[in-house]
Amino acid sequence: MTNNGQTQTPEQHLRGLLLQGLAGDGRAYQDFLTAVCGYLRGFLRRRLKGLPDDVEDLLQECLLALHNQRHTYDAAQPLTAWVHAIAKYKLIDLLRRRALREQLHEPLDDALGLFATADLEAAEARHDLAKFLDQLPRQQRLPIMHMKLQGLSVTEAAALTGMSESAVKVGVHRGLKALAVLLGANL
Amino acid sequence: MKTDELVAMLARGNVDVAPQWVEGRFVVGLGLGALVSGMLMLASLDIRADLAAAVAVPMFWVKLGFASSLMLASLLAALRLSRPGISIGRAPAAIATPIAALWLLAITTLVTAAPSQRLALLLGESWALCPWLIAMLAAPIFVGSMWALAGLAPTRLRLAGATAGLLSGATATLIYCLHCPEMTAPFLATWYILGIAIPTALGAVLGPRILRW
Repeated sequence: MTNNGQTQTPEQHLRGLLLQGLAGDGRAYQDFLTAVCGYLRGFLRRRLKGLPDDVEDLLQECLLALHNQRHTYDAAQPLTAWVHAIAKYKLIDLLRRRALREQLHEPLDDALGLFATADLEAAEARHDLAKFLDQLPRQQRLPIMHMKLQGLSVTEAAALTGMSESAVKVGVHRGLKALAVLLGANL
Repeated sequence: MKTDELVAMLARGNVDVAPQWVEGRFVVGLGLGALVSGMLMLASLDIRADLAAAVAVPMFWVKLGFASSLMLASLLAALRLSRPGISIGRAPAAIATPIAALWLLAITTLVTAAPSQRLALLLGESWALCPWLIAMLAAPIFVGSMWALAGLAPTRLRLAGATAGLLSGATATLIYCLHCPEMTAPFLATWYILGIAIPTALGAVLGPRILRW
């Protein structure tokens, strides 16, 4: 594949989408997450052969981690390496908790293989993130519901909740981190 | 919640990120920590009375050069360790260089000194206190550096914790240089580095506990 023609490698394509997303383009960001989702599902499914029921939950944890840590992506670094490092960290975290390292049939250090195959067939997650959302404190739950589920603006969410605009933004940020912690603790 | 619903949820609303977010977090953590540490030094130790004369002595600048190069090297390492998928690169060599240079200078000084002078060169006047004072001044910077890392995504938690500790120790040493009257390389190579090692070891212990994400 070439750099200058219509054909882009998945790395180039996804990196472009993420950079547009980080600049504020929600549409490109959603395309980025959707595409990465397929690659990550394949990656995780191949490495969790003994734990097929956990793949979708771990995938959701990885997506939350990618989102919560998106400010740590350095535009000069290969996107594959960044996504892979986050997925590997979450995977090892899960395996350590389960003490099931022997379930690994494929080596973890295969960053280049990450974007080689995608798995678009979603399974059911065992844990419903919506339930964890209900457990969050009000000042995190309400901003997430208004902004991230109903799609209201910061100003609208602030007016509805009576919180300041910066408190709404902080609430979304902390709430999504708390959601990731809750999901991780229950995997 | 299905995975595609989660994706839609995450992508909704403001997803933009301020540029230089990672660097900014270290500037805030390190800056506030150093400010508190500087005030702590003024409140408890005072600036050395002969500072105006000391700046004319090359050894004073060796001290500052050692502390600041160690600080920059550990800051570089901490920045790299806080981003997933970035290798630490040459940062360990950059950290080892000022330490090795100081040790070399210390050995040279000891070897060329008269045997009767060697113990005094090593112990100075404040050897029993110096490492603890550096560790004390490092405490607020340690909190600031750990705070910076905790909001980022280190994947090697023990190493990242140790690096934050090293960064706090090196920065504290830079501040301590304004107080400490000791001017011999053997003293610095022993007691300064011991003082820096205290927060470094603490960071290695605490890293896996407080840097998880």
